[in-house]
Amino acid sequence: MSALLSVSDLHVGFGRTPAADEVVTGVSFTLEAGKTLAIVGESGSGKSVTALSVNRLVDFGGGRITAGSIALTRGDGSVLDVTKADERTLTTVRGRDIGMIFQEPMTSLNPVMTIGAQIAEAFELNRGLDRHAARSAAREALERVRIPDAGSRLGYYPNQLSGGMRQRVMIAMALASNPRLLIADEPTTALDVTVQAQIMGLLAELRDELGMGMIFITHDIGLVAGIADDVLVMQAGIAVEQGPIDRVLDAPQHDYTKHLLNAVPHFRAGQAARKDGRGDAAAPVVAVENLVVRFPAARGIFGGSGEVHAVDGVDFTLKPGETLGIVGESGSGKSTTARAILDLVKITRGEIAIAAGRGKRPVQMVFQDPFGSLNPRLKVDALLAEPAIANGQRVDAALRDRMKALIARVGLPEDALGRYPHQFSGGQRQRLCIARALMLNPEVVVLDEAVSALDVSVQAQVLDLLIDLQRQVGLSYLFISHDMAVIERIAHRIAVMYAGQIVEIGDAASVLSSPQHSYTRRLIAAVPAIERRRQRFTVDMTQVPSLVKPVGYEPPPARWREIGPDHRVREEAA
Amino acid sequence: MRFLAAIFRHPSGRIGATIVVLYLVVAALGALGLTPHNALKQVIIDRLKPPNGTYWFGTDLLGRDTFSRLMLGIGQSFVVAFSSVAIATVAGTLIGLFAAWLGKLWDGVLMRIMDVFLAFPAILLALLVVAIEGPGTITSITAIAIVYTPIFARVVRAPALSLKAREFVEAARTFGSSAGYILTRHLLLNLVAPLTVQITLALAWALLTEAGLSFLGLGTQPPAPSLGVMLSDSKSLMTHAPWLMLAPGLTIMVGILGFNLTGDALRDILDPRSAPRSA
Repeated sequence: MSALLSVSDLHVGFGRTPAADEVVTGVSFTLEAGKTLAIVGESGSGKSVTALSVNRLVDFGGGRITAGSIALTRGDGSVLDVTKADERTLTTVRGRDIGMIFQEPMTSLNPVMTIGAQIAEAFELNRGLDRHAARSAAREALERVRIPDAGSRLGYYPNQLSGGMRQRVMIAMALASNPRLLIADEPTTALDVTVQAQIMGLLAELRDELGMGMIFITHDIGLVAGIADDVLVMQAGIAVEQGPIDRVLDAPQHDYTKHLLNAVPHFRAGQAARKDGRGDAAAPVVAVENLVVRFPAARGIFGGSGEVHAVDGVDFTLKPGETLGIVGESGSGKSTTARAILDLVKITRGEIAIAAGRGKRPVQMVFQDPFGSLNPRLKVDALLAEPAIANGQRVDAALRDRMKALIARVGLPEDALGRYPHQFSGGQRQRLCIARALMLNPEVVVLDEAVSALDVSVQAQVLDLLIDLQRQVGLSYLFISHDMAVIERIAHRIAVMYAGQIVEIGDAASVLSSPQHSYTRRLIAAVPAIERRRQRFTVDMTQVPSLVKPVGYEPPPARWREIGPDHRVREEAA
Repeated sequence: MRFLAAIFRHPSGRIGATIVVLYLVVAALGALGLTPHNALKQVIIDRLKPPNGTYWFGTDLLGRDTFSRLMLGIGQSFVVAFSSVAIATVAGTLIGLFAAWLGKLWDGVLMRIMDVFLAFPAILLALLVVAIEGPGTITSITAIAIVYTPIFARVVRAPALSLKAREFVEAARTFGSSAGYILTRHLLLNLVAPLTVQITLALAWALLTEAGLSFLGLGTQPPAPSLGVMLSDSKSLMTHAPWLMLAPGLTIMVGILGFNLTGDALRDILDPRSAPRSA
């Protein structure tokens, strides 16, 4: 059987002199029908450009294919060299032979059209169906991507669907023409882990059902293990290593592949949990009791008023020198809990007791986005001085010495003080944010997804820095993350949040090695891991319960089951 | 200085800034009295002379040198434009900032008042001010400032609202920074770019509005030369002495072009996406 797609010696350049400004230099691969090729690399490695060259979408971004050939076997058996095809032929190729799904499903869908109309449009254009037939084909397409109650969902607008649902809709549209090749560009990066597992499972099932070839682009080498047959590792426009998945993952030849494999935090089900410096029986620095945060929610124009139960009865304590990891997916209330502790949101009910500490403000915070949390118009010295000024200190030699010491402590050069934030990389900026949080000598640092926006190798370094600082300065961390592998490396204790409540809390090793709550189990099962080769995720459609409740609604009191000395789980409704 | 160099590197900035600088120099010379002729002196035998070696842009009905009058007129227009825009910038920025910062009722009340002002055409407001103060330079400045204040309030309020929700402002709250510090360091500093662009564009429009007001006799009063007054005087002589209309007309046009081109260049230069990056 001849290959579906055969790319040889592909060169792609940008700008006025594409031959001189190449971002892809000499990439070759072949892909057979029913197989998956994963292209892995960090940001800027040329992985997306390579894939976008296959359907020549790269042209619209200003790219030019300067050398090489891309041979695509079309539906009628003819072989087309995509690099030489004219725009007219390409239009038919893009719709019919090659389907594509993008990273951000919200921006790829038209917000003012119902999803039914958008899918039907794809059928009308690609298969020439009339309105009625297209409509019923759209319903079948939604059923094919396992959207329950497909008939009524056709009338939904994109904003009425969750991220995972929207990505399913995108897949349904990409499959409208029964493409022979599907290009998926980071299709799950914007999604929660359990949703990611669903989409991965769905893609694998559909690939087998339809016998199409798939190019899967990702920065997460852990993710490819479950789906790919072959792997292509890219760095700076060059394919540094390629081959069957087992060989690349088990016996990597190139240093960069080894580096990627080592940098990815491996989730090891509690075995990698920290065993050092647990705070013993000392009094807690933060004690949260029955914390409730509710926001008013308007339900439509005529609907009655309701409340979003963002956080619904959360209790935990944080001891000196300890890290409490809070895991959960978007909307689970973990960030709201953090913000409540810092007095950034108004709490509806409950107690937050913070022990008096070394400084005036014992709790400080590091935010997720290292680009958004530093004022771009201020130099680093002004940024670092701000907390001190806010608390009545004067900018004098002593303060400058402290800034210099902290800058050095977080691993930045001394001349950093005179520079602007945009002159630093993402990892360096996050170090700046950590230094700024330490200016006031706090007891507790709240880290809200503090490493999520960083490349994997940088992520590991920042985690090491945090652990070092914790040991030396005696800090307590409240570490919020959706990433189980990251949490496992830094947390002593873990609280799992789901729909505004803590469902399981306890010693990190115990929670991760023997999860008791069904949600914790689902979360752990969804973590992509290099060890779980070609694992099939079962497609289940459990929906997160709505957080919008009528005014005055009170959840039933929690009943807890003790599992171990420091491990308890919320009883689930039968 | 680096900033000026950047404007002169920008293709349209080069043209725009050259025009603006040229006008400033001409206005300064006029203010110092360094005009080729006395702008107010009437030389009756030389009346309605077309442009020639002695009178570069010709003379008017009373035998006054058009070029000298233009020099003073530009100065007059600039005084009105710069002072009115300065007042509007300060007032509009303060109103916009406070509306965004205080939010809720304050935001609603302040911005609705601004909307009411925005609904009046400049000329109508000027008539109102004239009715109160009588015509004159101060009237022009007051009227134009009132017209531009709501525009600046809007230009400031929208980005201030989004800046207020940015993480660095939230971070500032976590270490207890005062409202004053957040307003000046985090909001105002980040508003410099959009404000600068808006100021340049407002100057162009203020120039035009000033000419319009004087043309109608509501602004600068004769015999003091002003571009609008000169245009108004040329009305009836259009066919006999077209230079009397062309000189102030083209001066206004080129001046507005200069400010607009500078504004375009500033928009490009101050865009953070075009800022140079280094590792």
